[in-house]
Amino acid sequence: MAAIDTSAPARKGTTPLGRLLRLNWLGGSFAWLWLVVVMVPIYWIVITSVKTSENYFFTNSMLPPKEITFENYKLVFQNDIVHYFLNSVIVSVGAVVPAVGISFMAAYAIVRGAGNRWLRAMNTLFLLGLAIPLQAVIIPVYLIIIRLKLYDTLLAIILPSIAFAIPLSVLVLSNFVRDVPRELFESMRMDGATEWGTLWRLAFPLTRPALVTVTIYNALGIWNGFLLPLVLTQSPDKRTIPLALVSFQGQFQVNVPAIAAAVTLTTLPILLLYAIGRRQLLSGLTAGFGK
Amino acid sequence: MTTLAPPAVRVKEPTAAGRGRSGSVAWMALPALLMFIAFGVIPLLGVLGLSFTTWDGLGTIHVTGLTSWKAELKDPELPHSLWVTFKIMILSWLVQTPISILIGVFLASFKRYRGLLAVLYFIPLLLSSVAISITYKALLDPNFGLGTGLGIGFLNQDWLGSSTLAIWVLVFVVSWQYIPFHSLIYQGAVRQIPTSMLEAAQIDGAGRMRQFFSITLPQIKYTIITSSTLMVVGSLTFFDLIYVLTAGGPGDSTRALALEMYRKGFMANLMGPASAIAVILVLVGLLLAQLLRRLGGRGDESQLEGA
Repeated sequence: MAAIDTSAPARKGTTPLGRLLRLNWLGGSFAWLWLVVVMVPIYWIVITSVKTSENYFFTNSMLPPKEITFENYKLVFQNDIVHYFLNSVIVSVGAVVPAVGISFMAAYAIVRGAGNRWLRAMNTLFLLGLAIPLQAVIIPVYLIIIRLKLYDTLLAIILPSIAFAIPLSVLVLSNFVRDVPRELFESMRMDGATEWGTLWRLAFPLTRPALVTVTIYNALGIWNGFLLPLVLTQSPDKRTIPLALVSFQGQFQVNVPAIAAAVTLTTLPILLLYAIGRRQLLSGLTAGFGK
Repeated sequence: MTTLAPPAVRVKEPTAAGRGRSGSVAWMALPALLMFIAFGVIPLLGVLGLSFTTWDGLGTIHVTGLTSWKAELKDPELPHSLWVTFKIMILSWLVQTPISILIGVFLASFKRYRGLLAVLYFIPLLLSSVAISITYKALLDPNFGLGTGLGIGFLNQDWLGSSTLAIWVLVFVVSWQYIPFHSLIYQGAVRQIPTSMLEAAQIDGAGRMRQFFSITLPQIKYTIITSSTLMVVGSLTFFDLIYVLTAGGPGDSTRALALEMYRKGFMANLMGPASAIAVILVLVGLLLAQLLRRLGGRGDESQLEGA
């Protein structure tokens, strides 16, 4: 049991750390079991989306259909999905681009102006802001949006989304701007660059990986956001994807394959983006938590 | 533009470089500050203010002192929704933490499929709570769902129709969504344990269990606190999930605090009492975060020194 066999040949796939931890079968079985648990609903939603609605109730729900149909997707397209999709794109891009931009400027100011006590106070304010849940302030946000006469517009969703993306973005970005060597800032100054110029020509290229991570992370949260569109809009033509999904669910009722098609279709773009940017996202998030 | 990798050199003292000229950069922080004050700070103060008013969400706002608070504190739905919130919080913590730690330790020690597992594990985090809830609602159908398809009778229950089962469904779906994320956090933490400590333990003849409880677990203590804080504070804000999956039902058996606030405010048009609930939500969140921080012990001792 307790024998030390450091001389034993490396087991395949195991890291040196793994040998020290003595690869546990319990964790292993949980990891693979949980993978199955994670994949089952995803598998189910995809196979259901290509079943005919008439056959759905007569076939085994866990088996793929004998004949694949795209009728459900057609139905979803006929129900303005493209419009809702565009709304989500407008809201996400419209919120994330300015949010990351101004957060980056703030992060730069916080690092470069570290001696300034106002900037320090502001940094503390943002840190405290991490603890404010959106749910808790939704009523005053609703009031402000009404008073600004923005109720039932996409801008109503965009503005609070920007504000709530700021604290975490500033935190992560300032950690990365801080890693830029001071000598580089000095040499920029010697060359007569302004702070604004330094921000774009030095800090921007050097923090680009962090900027990508923060952008993806915020875009995901805003794209999937439900509470703000629910409370701040009402007309069908202002629906974003999550709101549209809920209304599809009410509209299609027992037509489960159509609902499955809507879910699959609206999830696909995110999965594609993830496939492209996953290395950035995973490494960025790990770095963010490591700091 | 050049694409340089982020330099490894760290400049720890940030002072001198910026001092003296900080006035010239301070303006850059203004847009973010103003935006955050307008839609973060003001609403936070506003919700406290609104809890002392009577407002139907449309007409004029009347300052009515403690009326809304009195009404809210007398409402039996408040302790009930607090109870539901804590039940979901505690159950989902109890389910998620051990599984996440187990999987995290495993992933840290197992290289071959780690990349693949991490990619697949991450998928639930990409999906909206709405999409997940809609999927599970159909999947848990007692007649046409998972149970019938797999031929497992146990799964054929009316999951969302029974008040005892519905809460477990929420706990399960929450776990489905977040266990992968917490596993990845734990994986990162376990990989930072100095191998020398594990080697020393093995030389001392510590068994596998002993090693796990005496070294691995104490070494990831702070990660457990971080992960638990995210779970616990996060669970206060479950809204989309409950709204779509159970709508608080059956009856009011899954009506947690955030949903109760939404119902009061935007369905019953009682913005005063709803604001009072929101204030309670913030207070409970801060309290729990503090509590967990205390539990983490004096922050001055280094994790690497071991406990």
